Amino acid sequence: MTLDTLRLTAEDAGAMLERGDVSAAELHAAYRAAIDERDPQLHAYLRTVDEVEGDGVPIAYKDLISTRGVETTAASKILAGYKPVFDATVASRCKEAGLPLLGKTNMDEFAMGSSTENSGFGPTSNPWDPERVPGGSSGGSTAAVAAGMAPWALGSDTGGSIKQPAALCGVVGLRPTYGTVSRYGIVAFASSLDQIGPVTKTVRDCALLYRTIAGRDPCDSTTVELPKPVELPDAEDLKGLRIGIPKELNEAEGIEPGVTEQINAALERARELGAEVEDCSLPRSVDFGLPCYYLIAPSEASSNLARYDGVRYGFRAESDGDIRTMYARTRDEGFGDEPKRRIMLGTYALSAGYYEAFYGQAQKVRTLIKREHDELFERFDLLASPTSPTVAFPLGSRTENPLAMYLADVLTIPSNMAGMPGLSIPCGLSEGLPVGLQLVGPQFSENTLFRAGHALERALEFDFVPERYR
Amino acid sequence: MAITRDEVLHVAALARLELLDEEIERFQEQLNAILEAVGKVAELDLSDVAPTAHPLDVANVWADDEPRPCLSVDEALANAPDREGALFRVPAS
Repeated sequence: MTLDTLRLTAEDAGAMLERGDVSAAELHAAYRAAIDERDPQLHAYLRTVDEVEGDGVPIAYKDLISTRGVETTAASKILAGYKPVFDATVASRCKEAGLPLLGKTNMDEFAMGSSTENSGFGPTSNPWDPERVPGGSSGGSTAAVAAGMAPWALGSDTGGSIKQPAALCGVVGLRPTYGTVSRYGIVAFASSLDQIGPVTKTVRDCALLYRTIAGRDPCDSTTVELPKPVELPDAEDLKGLRIGIPKELNEAEGIEPGVTEQINAALERARELGAEVEDCSLPRSVDFGLPCYYLIAPSEASSNLARYDGVRYGFRAESDGDIRTMYARTRDEGFGDEPKRRIMLGTYALSAGYYEAFYGQAQKVRTLIKREHDELFERFDLLASPTSPTVAFPLGSRTENPLAMYLADVLTIPSNMAGMPGLSIPCGLSEGLPVGLQLVGPQFSENTLFRAGHALERALEFDFVPERYR
Repeated sequence: MAITRDEVLHVAALARLELLDEEIERFQEQLNAILEAVGKVAELDLSDVAPTAHPLDVANVWADDEPRPCLSVDEALANAPDREGALFRVPAS
């Protein structure tokens, strides 16, 4: 039997397994064949796995998720060769659910970036146009799902690293409520922001995978039990749902007209489906979100990345000097430019004399951002905007200018700072490239996000198979 | 506020990074541009606002203090660049 991995959803693949139409080994082999065919051009995977462990639908993990015995590098040379001796909790949960691993996907080094070009092992291409970036930092996971090289995948999102590449690759991505998915065994970047989440073709697949990984983990004290079980969405209307359109997120400088056009068309569909759609405002969250994020995330990163010292794991530079020389050379040779920039920025923002003006002030801005969101959620169930101001941009076009790259996350950062969940679903094409609609809800509103995302997905009928593969 | 070459070197030393000359110059320029952009947070008067360190309202998470199996010495040392017996081996300080 031939399997069209480009079209097959994880849910349908699961149904085929259940009926015995296909075996787990055959399913795994079909995706491996797709990888052999398309990944030499796309480079979504850093490594693949041959052994089929489990009788379920196979899955790919972003390479910052620890997998016992399988190299885990966070796309950094400083972790080259590192083979974890334990599984991350999300990997254990997927194993318990019987999901065999297909491989580990490419990413921006330590999840720092918005294009996957900061990988220490070469960039990933966008399946819709290989001359363009897939977004990032979970660009390997979103490219793999878009190109039929995985039915679903896990990514991580700190400032927008699931939502933004999902938008640029035309797939569904969820950044869950902070604290609902364990980070035990995840290579840490900015711990007050990092979240693991699903990358899928459909919203129902997204809910299925979220159900598999979510919930309290005694190994991660920041996790909480879900207040309500995850519901698989099936409603096709949006009756009674109040959707707010924050002006600052929808009219921000740099949003392409083609993106706005697709978002407006999607919101029109939302109205037709029965939603009440109304304008609103986040006066300071957008203007101050990006500066706030680029102080808090690098500060936390500078602390988290202090552990890479060439002593316990990973790379150690050749040196005939003392231990301090070994540390400094290992870190200079092992880290790429972006982690170094962020370590420097964070170390500076936390250093004596600057802490209050930078880090302390950013933490207070964060309070304002959270308050602004909380106030809007007294009137609205969800907020909507573009996920990314632009469609996928050409490879190399922003690598020389870190600030231009940082702007890719301007619309995803505000709700991330507030700890709110966000779903990106593809809603149309602009210049032949996918546009993502971002839906944000209050904490623990994943079921509402799934319900709205599913109804819109049905109504919009976006074809998630890249045109060049049809 | 512009960051000087000496400050770049000071921060690099704090962060245990031995930067090459070419990197010092480039990072000085880029950090200045980034600091100018993020310095925007100073525009707000937030003297009466409490800081947020963590977006969830959880506190005092307790765990039972019970011994559980942990990594063996060999597992803990499995990824070490250098070891001697049950120890990580490093250059002398």
